[in-house]
Amino acid sequence: MSDLPRPEALFANIDYTPPKADWMDVPVEIKPGRYCYAANPDSVNYVGLPHARKWNPLDDDWKLPENWQEIIFNGLRERLQKYRSFKIFMDICVRCGACADKCHFFIGSGDPKNMPVLRAELLRSVYRGEFTTFGKILGRFAGGRKLTPEVLKEWWYYFFQCSECRRCSVFCPYGIDTAEVTIIGRELLNLLGLNIDWIATPVANCYRTGNHLGIQPHAFFDMIDFFCDDIEDITGIRPEPSFNKKGADILFITPSGDVFADPGTYTCMGYLMLFEYLKREYGLDVTWSTYASEGGNFGFFTSHETMKRLNSKMYMEADRLGVKWILGGECGHMWRVIHQYMDTLNGPEFQHSRMEVPSNPITGTVFKNAASTKMVHIAEFTADLIKHGKLNLNKKRNANIHLTWHDSCNPARGMGLLDEPRFVAKSVVEKFTEMPEGTIREQTFCCGGGAGLNAGENDELRMMGGLPRANAVKYVHDKYGVNMLGCVCAIDRAVLPNSMQYWVPEVDVCGLHELVANALVFPGEKERETDLRGEDLPGMEDE
Amino acid sequence: MKALYSLFLVFALAALALVGAGALGMEKAFGLYIPFLAVAVFVVGFCMRVVDWGKSAVPFCIPTTCGQQESLPWIKQSTIENPSTTGGVVMRMLLEVLLFRSLFRNTKVDLHEGTRVTYSSSKWLWLGALAFHYSFLTIVLRHMRFFTEPVPGIIAGIEAMDSMLQIGAPTLYLTDVVFVAAVTYLFVRRVVVPQIRYISLVQDYFPLFLILGIAFSGIFMRYFAKVDIISVKQLAMGLVTFSWVVPEGIGVMFYIHMFLVSVLLAYFPLSKLMHMGGVFLSPTRNMNCASRKFRHINPWKFENVHYHTYEEYEDEFREKMVDKDLPVDKPLAEGAE
Repeated sequence: MSDLPRPEALFANIDYTPPKADWMDVPVEIKPGRYCYAANPDSVNYVGLPHARKWNPLDDDWKLPENWQEIIFNGLRERLQKYRSFKIFMDICVRCGACADKCHFFIGSGDPKNMPVLRAELLRSVYRGEFTTFGKILGRFAGGRKLTPEVLKEWWYYFFQCSECRRCSVFCPYGIDTAEVTIIGRELLNLLGLNIDWIATPVANCYRTGNHLGIQPHAFFDMIDFFCDDIEDITGIRPEPSFNKKGADILFITPSGDVFADPGTYTCMGYLMLFEYLKREYGLDVTWSTYASEGGNFGFFTSHETMKRLNSKMYMEADRLGVKWILGGECGHMWRVIHQYMDTLNGPEFQHSRMEVPSNPITGTVFKNAASTKMVHIAEFTADLIKHGKLNLNKKRNANIHLTWHDSCNPARGMGLLDEPRFVAKSVVEKFTEMPEGTIREQTFCCGGGAGLNAGENDELRMMGGLPRANAVKYVHDKYGVNMLGCVCAIDRAVLPNSMQYWVPEVDVCGLHELVANALVFPGEKERETDLRGEDLPGMEDE
Repeated sequence: MKALYSLFLVFALAALALVGAGALGMEKAFGLYIPFLAVAVFVVGFCMRVVDWGKSAVPFCIPTTCGQQESLPWIKQSTIENPSTTGGVVMRMLLEVLLFRSLFRNTKVDLHEGTRVTYSSSKWLWLGALAFHYSFLTIVLRHMRFFTEPVPGIIAGIEAMDSMLQIGAPTLYLTDVVFVAAVTYLFVRRVVVPQIRYISLVQDYFPLFLILGIAFSGIFMRYFAKVDIISVKQLAMGLVTFSWVVPEGIGVMFYIHMFLVSVLLAYFPLSKLMHMGGVFLSPTRNMNCASRKFRHINPWKFENVHYHTYEEYEDEFREKMVDKDLPVDKPLAEGAE
């Protein structure tokens, strides 16, 4: 983060006054720090996407295929037929501006093309100019414009700045969802081989190894085994997780971000401890898969088709292992995909006929809300266990934590997972304070990651996009002494620590099950002196 | 500039009617043919647009959830903002269409000293939009008295309510005042707020001026020019009963009014005004949020999708898996070949 200006300087630069000139006359300027590197051609090739090549966004020549306009027009025409959402959203925006100041990237950057309405208008203007009679005849007078290389560059720059968090959609009187527009926009760009590497390479990795980092099965095993060592050191209990086990009750799939990067790793240790507890106390058999070892679906950031291809592994693996249902870890877009796409995409094709409507064998609760997908969110599962008193919890172990809750965008606005994690969190920590209204629940702010995930090259953009979230955290930190930000998303856990360090250095980031595991009391465990992070527990400090 | 274009365009349209129906005496064209044609364009165009949208598929269930999902029995679901039943979806749509629920949520962002951002409730747009749409609706309903004989009680009732305060003669309609104020607000907002001005196009200003032109010509006709109401009704009744007549001496202001209305009707299906039909079709609002409970079916199929199967995966990594005692489907010797 060395190139970044200081927070005060970055903040002082935010100006919401747009330029004097009409937006169509303001050429795109691709600024370092605000874009991600072009996709590695090998990754694009691996998943068979077209026009893989080396190119650089800063170059004038993007090495486009000769008939690039035709490719875009055909792609656009096809998608207008395939997605009513897209067609409606192209046609009915009245530019009332209700969405304008709702996007975290606009709030943090002041760049008017980050206003959701204008971001969509970048595509809409071409649709108008090239596809509608009115626009073809009247051109710019009807708000239409031609598709030029400049316009294409503008698309690429701004569509990959959208994190598809859908906050604007909450405020739009017609529910226009810019995520739908940018998903399609990215699909179109992908037809020309214009992806970013932080999406394309994880996609290729997920496809090949099952997870976005390309962790091969033996290494995946080693990483989990390493967590088991740590857990044994801390608790005296060694979890014995199973992998790829046929006939297990439940298949567990979590974002692989939890397996490799702090603080997600602590959440991962939390899952391991919870499952070990449930195995010892109630005989529940949960298995992990090395093949389906990624919950996060990077295809969602690429195209609907890629999303389908990556998502299929979940059901294929559940089918092969013969589990009753699938439990999903803490992840954002993974849950958007599971909740709104999975059953449609891959349900009958891959879902096991022996899979059952999920029920918790320990409490008897039937998860009717997941009757068709047969996938339960771990926050729902743990909330049910706690409500029925099935976990022995000691809140005091989290006494040094003053928690506030970040509703991760996709579970919040694509699912409505709001109260389950709060219930779990309040059951395992003593101090809990909500951030101000307007920044939580369905109005929650994106972490600022999204499109670029954990990329270093677009740090400036991520800090700008992270401002609204961080600012609300700062408020509860300054006013109430909040020192921990909880969330149920692996991208949050990858992005928010940097953003907190930048805007509110006194606040740390954690997942939900890290807190659960800290509070979970195993029969026969040794007296714990530290939490999962190896930090002293309250009252156990070294003298 | 864009606003000026639009204003000029509306003046030009009014002038066209003034010359056409006035100086050139083309009352028949402006009183009968053009309005009839405009209605036809409106009805056919509106239906075509809706059918065109309807022809596009709804492949995925993608509602924006704005509240707690249906979950465990002891967690209170937000049944309207995150509906899992058709009743809930209907309620959600009703709130959206009748009360502009989403606009009601509107907030405004402000930057402060240091690095502080605040959000405050901002309901002006909601109020302006609501006032505009409801007064427009009332005015349209009120006008039905020209097209019905006898005038239904409900329309007479609306008219009586609207002129409740009994100011002046003819009595002042409250909706006229609200309507002009609301349209003016919507226009001023577009010009004054820099971001809104930045995103506004000619077709955002044009309908506002057109509607304002219709309102002013109507008001002028009623309170100042005082056109012959009996003749107007005769013409209107003729239009709807297809026994077309053009009574003498209605006054040119009426034709201007009528022409601008005709332009609005014909422009409607071509423009963003179609949000009137589109709002009902928006998949982020009109779908059931229980997509894990009920399967949504995609009407089209993905073509040529290749999957990476477990067999391929194991073939690539079998040795490494066996090394760690990870279970495999085929033993090492068999798979190694």
